[in-house]
Amino acid sequence: MRNPKIKILEGIYVAKMKIDILKHTLVPHHEILSAEEVEKLLKAYKIKKEDLPQILVTDPVVKAIGAKEGDVIKIIRRSPTAGESVAYRLVVRKEII
Amino acid sequence: MLTKSKKVIDKIRFGLLSPDAIRKMSATRIITPDTYDEDGFPIEMGLMDPRLGVIEPGLRCKTCGQKVKECPGHFGHIELAMPVIHVGFAKTIYNILKATCRGCGKLLLTDDEVKKLREDYKRVVKMKNNTAAFAKEVVKRASKVTKCPHCGREVLPVELDKPTTYREGGRKLTPAEIREWLEKVSEALGDDLRLLDINPEVARPEWMVLTVLPVPPVTTRPSITLETGERSEDDLTHKLVDIIRINQRLQENRDAGAPQLIVEDLWDLLQYHVTTYFDNQTSGIPPARHRSGRALKTLAQRLKGKEGRFRSNLSGKRVNFSARTVISPDPNISINEVGVPIEIARELTVPIRVTQYNIEEMKELVKRGPDPKLPPGIVYLPGVNYVIRPDGRRIRVTPENAENVAERLEVGSIVERQLQDGDIVLFNRQPSLHRMSMMAHHAKILPYKTFRLNLAVCPPYNADFDGDEMNLHVLQSEEARAEAEILMKVQEHILSPRFGGAIIGAIHDHITGCFLLTYGNKVFSKEDAMDILAAAGYRGEVKDKMTGKEIFSKILPPDLNLEYKAKLCTGNEEECKKQDAYVIIKNGQLLQGVIDEASIGAFKGKIIEYIARKKGMKEAREFIDRVTKLGIAAITKIGFTTGIDDEDIPEEAQMQIEEVLENARKKIQDLIRAYKEGELEQIPGRSLEETLEMEIMRVTGKARDQTGEIASRHLGLDNSAVIMARSGARGSMLNLSQMAGAVGQQAVRGERIHRGYHGRTLPHFKKGDLGAEAKGFVSSSYKKGLSPTEYFFHSMGGREGLVDTAVRTSRSGYMQRRLINALENIKLEEDGTVRQTTGEIIQFMYGEDGIDPTRSIRGKAIDADLIIKEVKKE
Repeated sequence: MRNPKIKILEGIYVAKMKIDILKHTLVPHHEILSAEEVEKLLKAYKIKKEDLPQILVTDPVVKAIGAKEGDVIKIIRRSPTAGESVAYRLVVRKEII
Repeated sequence: MLTKSKKVIDKIRFGLLSPDAIRKMSATRIITPDTYDEDGFPIEMGLMDPRLGVIEPGLRCKTCGQKVKECPGHFGHIELAMPVIHVGFAKTIYNILKATCRGCGKLLLTDDEVKKLREDYKRVVKMKNNTAAFAKEVVKRASKVTKCPHCGREVLPVELDKPTTYREGGRKLTPAEIREWLEKVSEALGDDLRLLDINPEVARPEWMVLTVLPVPPVTTRPSITLETGERSEDDLTHKLVDIIRINQRLQENRDAGAPQLIVEDLWDLLQYHVTTYFDNQTSGIPPARHRSGRALKTLAQRLKGKEGRFRSNLSGKRVNFSARTVISPDPNISINEVGVPIEIARELTVPIRVTQYNIEEMKELVKRGPDPKLPPGIVYLPGVNYVIRPDGRRIRVTPENAENVAERLEVGSIVERQLQDGDIVLFNRQPSLHRMSMMAHHAKILPYKTFRLNLAVCPPYNADFDGDEMNLHVLQSEEARAEAEILMKVQEHILSPRFGGAIIGAIHDHITGCFLLTYGNKVFSKEDAMDILAAAGYRGEVKDKMTGKEIFSKILPPDLNLEYKAKLCTGNEEECKKQDAYVIIKNGQLLQGVIDEASIGAFKGKIIEYIARKKGMKEAREFIDRVTKLGIAAITKIGFTTGIDDEDIPEEAQMQIEEVLENARKKIQDLIRAYKEGELEQIPGRSLEETLEMEIMRVTGKARDQTGEIASRHLGLDNSAVIMARSGARGSMLNLSQMAGAVGQQAVRGERIHRGYHGRTLPHFKKGDLGAEAKGFVSSSYKKGLSPTEYFFHSMGGREGLVDTAVRTSRSGYMQRRLINALENIKLEEDGTVRQTTGEIIQFMYGEDGIDPTRSIRGKAIDADLIIKEVKKE
């Protein structure tokens, strides 16, 4: 998104070669939670933000949905046994960038 | 006696000992390498100084004044003439040297960078992330800098020459120089040491270079006196002697102003001794050896590995109230029980607290003593081995004092009663690979010297009776007993969490028995039916003439409804129904179908699974107990035997097999000819040789299948071996066809055997022979016997199998160990989440769906087909 022009061959530029990875079958549904939703989530599980599983800001899906560090992402996966399974992840930076 | 400590451990802090701290905790300075004088008394300020603790009974410690078992021992210390590197911190020192400036001791990063790092560090701690990885990144960045941003000094590259030599720009650094550098670093960095994953409150970098060496108390390195009166010292003492000797020489030489070279040599030697004192397996230096040539066992070796302190003394300990002996089968006890020999029962005890309600009963019990007189007709009565008085004194009960102790028994005492029938015990067989390897049983005291267990619990323990031994533990508290009763009893483990089906069920003869009983339409006389049913514990009406299926129905729950394909079934449902291989049970009546492995077997038994789920574990246990007894009774009544003549096949079949084999040989010859003449059609992606091999393997495989088919055509269900194979009791049809028909192609690494001599497998063949016999095809049957060359090839294939199993077990064992260590802190919380013990969430719902695999239907949450069937019928 940030860099719509990708150089694939010398002298040839293609605009927006990127495909939308969110539409790929293997990518489950991701969404950013609002502040209130996060509040509710942390209360429901009686946890602090740090106790959530994490996901890097550099993760392609995180970039695609435009989440920032500190956001909580809700992931809805298809599951053969549970139908749908919901998980949450906290967007974090690498230890040092 | 152990005194209970009132102290509670709140936290443990790991840090470094400062030289001052070492001196402070030291009871004495050690200066002489000698241990004892001529009279055998320890020398003062020697390695066995009496102030370091007592090891001889009767003496009192010179430091604390306590006796042998009370004095914990006290540290001493050695003042090192020159500083040496502590090997354990060699890597840490290296990282610090790389990341800091030798001139000013500061981090080789600009103030701005450091400021940012401080914030990053705070975040890492807050997010409970890995500070070690953070420090690694800091070092990586700092070591790229070539000029100190603070003092402008040129940074020379630092190298570590393993294990303990450092070089700066190629010039060797002495430990003294390193210590100076590190001092500068602690001075300059202060709290910023945390960025290098060092807590300045408990560890200053310069303490990683030793100037004072702590000498462990004598209690940690006791000397042993041999029968000859000779003293033999502990390995650690030997090593300390070496250190003191060299230390002394180094000091003398340095003080006398000896040449630099000699001092440096001695210094290196001191470094070697201190290094091996910590870890005698440091790579890069030869291990220090005993005079006999045995490598010394120094500090690291005491702690490390399977036989080290952690794995063998702390994580795993030997325990009391346990027994081990050989196991043997007993089909008459329940799967919930275990037979315990009288001798063992007399040794193992259960503690019982005396209360005002049971005091009279307890007095009677104590009166019996440890070896009660048995009334006629009774083989065992529990006695009492010890009584623990309310003041904590333990009194051994003997036949002489039994009466007396019983009289003086008071409320609050604890009576240690010998094991009796019904006591709950844990039973275990190694390797304990899953939770069913340790289950709770009710003890049943029996004569003879082996533990007895029901045959149906062999599969979960993976036990057989070829000399297997098992362990038994007696529980010592009410809580433990309650937990074992509810969670660990065998009946609670009939369903396995591995695949959500029964793991406990009928095996071998139980299956054969039920098969014989229910196969065909056998009719039993009233007497026979009564014999069989009585053995299975059935009490009720018996008709005059009963079919096997009717007899089996008697032990089924009256409201059981099931329909499924039996093990016997090979094709589709229609075919099965013709063969009586489709089981239909309606209202507890076996209307059709034969009972075999698929109905009652361990791992497969449909009926067991169904009862366990629908009626509960108690019902399931009772059913297993019943059905195994019924099977045994049936097989005894009907009679059953197997022998090598079960594999006899008629002359004509023999001829047919011979013909098939001859055809195969011919086909292979044709293939080889085609290959040699270049007419063989190549398979895409394969070379010509590979194509030939594949074709030949196909032909040999087909030949074996055909011989097997011919053989089994002549072996019907009137044949004992076939009954066992088809019912799933033991063996397979492949086993039978190898016995009756031909053993088939032997393979090593999935290929025909081709290695051995130059150009051939054995000298019996011509070089370059690609024929069947020359490459490991065994055309004989096991019954007929193998020719010498066939036997050899068969051994080659067999050996590969053995090696594979050996490799597999060791590798999977290690894998399991690593998995257990990785997962040991993860637990399932009450809200269904899976969390680390520190609170971090691993899964928001156990296994995504929150389903307990034990209670699942072979992995599925519900059995939709069955539910529909049930709803339709009602």
